[in-house]
Amino acid sequence: MDKTINVTLKIWRQAGPKVKGHFETYKLDNISTDSSFLEMLDILNEQLISEKKEPVVFDHDCREGICGMCSLYINGHPHGPDSAVTTCQLHMRRFHDGDTITVEPWRSNAFPVIRDLMVDRRAYDKIMQAGGFVSVNTGGVPDANAIPIPKKDADEAMDNASCIGCGACAAACKNGSAMLFVAAKVSQLALLPQGKVEAARRVKAMLGKMDELGFGNCTNTGACAAECPKCVPLSAIARLNREFICAKFKD
Amino acid sequence: MATKKDIQAAAEPKVTAAKEATPKAKAAATVEEKIDAKIPEGPLAEKWSNYKAHQKLVNPANKRKLDIIVVGTGLAGASAAASLAEMGFNVLNFCIQDSPRRAHSIAAQGGINAAKNYQNDGDSVYRLFYDTIKGGDYRAREANVYRLAEVSNNIIDQCVAQGVPFAREYGGLLDNRSFGGAQVSRTFYAKGQTGQQLLLGAYSALSRQIGKGKVKMYSRYEMLDVVIIEGRARGIIARNLVTGRIERFFAHAVVIGTGGYGNTFFLSTNAMASNGSAAMQIYKKGAYFANPCYAQIHPTCIPVHGAFQSKLTLMSESLRNDGRIWVPKKLEDAKALQAGKLKGRDIPEEDRDYYLERRYPAFGNLVPRDVASRAAKERCDAGFGVNATGLAVFLDFSDAIKRLGKDVVAQKYGNLFQMYEKIVDENPYEDPMMIFPAIHYTMGGIWVDYELMTSIKGLFCIGEANFSDHGANRLGASALMQGLADGYFVLPYTIQNYLADQITVPRMSTDLPEFEEAEKAIKEKIAKLMAIQGSKSVDSIHRELGLVMWDFVGMGRTKAGLETAIKKIDEIRKEFWSNVYIPGKSDDLNVELEKALRLADFIEIGQLMARDALMREESCGGHFREEYQTPEGEALRQDDKFSFASCWKYMGEGKEPVMLKEPLDYEFTERKTRNYKN
Amino acid sequence: MWLFNSSVGRKFVMSITGACLAFFLLFHASMNLVAIISEEGYNMICEFLGANWYALVGTLGLAFLAVVHIIYAFALSIINYRARGRERYAVSDRSNGVEWASMNMLVLGFIILGGLCLHLVNFWAKMQLVEILGSEPANGVELIKYTFSKWYFAIIYLLWFVALWYHLTHGIWSAMQTLGWSNNIWLPRIKCISNIIATIIVLMFVAVLVWYFVAGNCCCASACAA
Repeated sequence: MDKTINVTLKIWRQAGPKVKGHFETYKLDNISTDSSFLEMLDILNEQLISEKKEPVVFDHDCREGICGMCSLYINGHPHGPDSAVTTCQLHMRRFHDGDTITVEPWRSNAFPVIRDLMVDRRAYDKIMQAGGFVSVNTGGVPDANAIPIPKKDADEAMDNASCIGCGACAAACKNGSAMLFVAAKVSQLALLPQGKVEAARRVKAMLGKMDELGFGNCTNTGACAAECPKCVPLSAIARLNREFICAKFKD
Repeated sequence: MATKKDIQAAAEPKVTAAKEATPKAKAAATVEEKIDAKIPEGPLAEKWSNYKAHQKLVNPANKRKLDIIVVGTGLAGASAAASLAEMGFNVLNFCIQDSPRRAHSIAAQGGINAAKNYQNDGDSVYRLFYDTIKGGDYRAREANVYRLAEVSNNIIDQCVAQGVPFAREYGGLLDNRSFGGAQVSRTFYAKGQTGQQLLLGAYSALSRQIGKGKVKMYSRYEMLDVVIIEGRARGIIARNLVTGRIERFFAHAVVIGTGGYGNTFFLSTNAMASNGSAAMQIYKKGAYFANPCYAQIHPTCIPVHGAFQSKLTLMSESLRNDGRIWVPKKLEDAKALQAGKLKGRDIPEEDRDYYLERRYPAFGNLVPRDVASRAAKERCDAGFGVNATGLAVFLDFSDAIKRLGKDVVAQKYGNLFQMYEKIVDENPYEDPMMIFPAIHYTMGGIWVDYELMTSIKGLFCIGEANFSDHGANRLGASALMQGLADGYFVLPYTIQNYLADQITVPRMSTDLPEFEEAEKAIKEKIAKLMAIQGSKSVDSIHRELGLVMWDFVGMGRTKAGLETAIKKIDEIRKEFWSNVYIPGKSDDLNVELEKALRLADFIEIGQLMARDALMREESCGGHFREEYQTPEGEALRQDDKFSFASCWKYMGEGKEPVMLKEPLDYEFTERKTRNYKN
Repeated sequence: MWLFNSSVGRKFVMSITGACLAFFLLFHASMNLVAIISEEGYNMICEFLGANWYALVGTLGLAFLAVVHIIYAFALSIINYRARGRERYAVSDRSNGVEWASMNMLVLGFIILGGLCLHLVNFWAKMQLVEILGSEPANGVELIKYTFSKWYFAIIYLLWFVALWYHLTHGIWSAMQTLGWSNNIWLPRIKCISNIIATIIVLMFVAVLVWYFVAGNCCCASACAA
């Protein structure tokens, strides 16, 4: 049960957005394989603090894979080598004794580094603010059961809605494209009658904002969906394309 | 029926002299202050309608002139900020994460209650009200809870209109599941991610208002103090977590929606950054802290597995719909399990003790959380724990898999099973899950009146941060309901009743001496912390605090234990203020400093919890005093002595706080002993 | 104009031009196949597609499509490179389920472009171009026989076809995805269809190459032996 391993960490340290960063190497011994990756980093930070050094800064919050705050690029994969998990759910049993683990921040033009492994993902919020909503005010809405929605559509909308906005899609994409994030929201709302009403307006606004913020163009490599911790399907992007092209032809 | 005059009288209560007095005089104030909850007159079912019909409103042109600060972007904060902005107020919204979507409401799994009665199983507003009051062990305010049940239906309508993909049946209508403490199916859900979907709904409404410029969003900001000018909340001081700068913000009213203080225990199901600092700051400025000892211990969490552990993961209560909880009947089986010589599946059916079904035949595995948690503790204390630490019980799905088939079980709980497997590395389809109770939610919080206003004028408190609706214990799927009720449907009304008098108040300069002073105090506190340069990390001290809390202020509390806790927390406080080490600079991004500021407040909250628990000589809901139990080990309330909300008033540093009582009169429900047996 | 300044618009242009070019390849490959079945037949087609107005319009159209496809490819690549940011990952590892081709479309495109130039010099310049210029075009089948019997041409063409195959396997389904003709059920299907079409096209080209390489070299061998 209680197996421990020794690992070498190569961690990206960067003092600020405009400062040049570099890798630093740390050795950690006797890490329990039952600990999570972030708990391993906690141990590293405790060690650094005890040596009166600055701890490594990284984003994390709920530590149960739903808030989307954690954002580490581990050994060439956003959220590490395990599938369908966020960094906080990655456990050290995925690594072997003696492994060297390289930890980098999300790298994308639209996600500038704030400090070490912490990046600024407000670009995603801006895309949401451009149109990721149904324009209803509080109150004055019809009864929840007034419009039946086929179970299939509701379920598919839910699959798309499971996006946690962590940014792994843009981080994984060789083009730095945020298409899967945009597609997830556009698909969710386009599938539901409540969102259908302003679907055309929404898709144009959200995509326009995405382009404006400096995200890249999708080339359908599928890395986003492969690395998505919540398994948002690639077909969402097809729906986004369809919605957008149809909206443009209607204009 | 309440007359207009009554309501107005309630809205503008007579303030005691102490309240209006200068801060110095205030410190000397005594228990003479009266608690006025401003509950409208009239029959229970008409109170809220009456209130709304007679409250004061602010006209659209004036709304534009009024600023409101909302701290927090969880279900309560985001829904309030969005709704207030839609109405026309200017909103300044703050959150400590990088995006408002990350608030910890997002982690709620199971569902949200509403009295829709879509299942035709006899549900009604009254029944939801009654279940909530009973679930809370008769320690909540009737009028508030009734209002909550009343608006619960609107919440579901609102969320569906926003595009929240609730689970549906093949006919296209909404599906429901049942939850602990209820005999009807009234819980709406979206897979095991209901909190996420509801929060994203509120976040999308908020995003819309940010896009329109009606809400100004400040992310990665932490509120450090509230600014009070002439007895009214007029702004906050916040720290920009990226630059470390201390900044000042003015508003005509301030709303706190910063969640609970469960992280006092270090290990809890709360997020790492969840904290009680905003609550502590306003408490120190004069807001009452009510019922701090009511903390909910959730029965189905993944057990602690190592000293390095940073948090506990919750497994949704919905699992108790189909999972059966048991421990071995024989002690030797338990010993073998603890030694790792046996697996749960090796133990034959006749040697299993389904203790919840045995003790509570009527509700079985669906008893409320406090009951289920205590029962698990009782079995583990008796030596029947099933993992290496002896602190776990089984949650078994083998019957459900036999009855429904693996596919159906996977469809219902697949994502939870996957999460369990990722963390524990065991397959719950084959081996029963291991679970143990963990701190999850705090029913206590800042005292608010019927209008959700704290004892400081113009300062409101919503969601988990306040104390209002759950009494001594919260039922499953009720937290989401309360957060959204406060934010969408209650505060946007009640805050107008306050702001209607404020329309002539101009925007104030943040250079006023009150702002100056508040900022200075914070800077001094930070400088003091940075200067300690001791040898212990913040987390290591927090862990110590957590252990004390869990051992003495946890599931089973005693007089002696609580007295020990108060002493030990004193020592921890001393240790913290003399030996903590914070690296880095204060005017820069500094995570350790953030944690230290929060821990300073957790220490105070911890002690307040212990004090409150010591005072409350009864067992009710989440508060269990071992001295007060029935011969069968059930909680024993003392209605004649403790039927009140304890409201703690800060008296200054180093001084003991004073307790005020808000009596809880049950006009409309008969107080009974909670019975989940038959 | 959304075809220039929106990412989906740009991808839309890539898809449409790419799909048209793929259709042309299908036609071209079927035409080539005739060379195996009947040499006269092939020459007839060559004659038919000489400097007639429809052939010229077709050629111009193709050239336009190819040029647009290439310009957009460069534009997209530059934008995408910038979007990735200045710092690059120190370690990168291909994710499960990500095709190699999809990550290397530009490189494959370069190879295809190079092959295309050679091909234009080898064939088009000697056939349609000279006819446009007013001279007598070369005999199509003879030209094939001559070119494909040379081992170095055979290898270059073979490499070209391999690159083309990779480019098409990703390109075809990617175009459908970009045009929105995909969903959870159809995504695996269009990937499969894409592979089938790419394989058919490339096999048809390869068949002609192999046929004439073997024919040419066996004839040579027998001639030498004699």
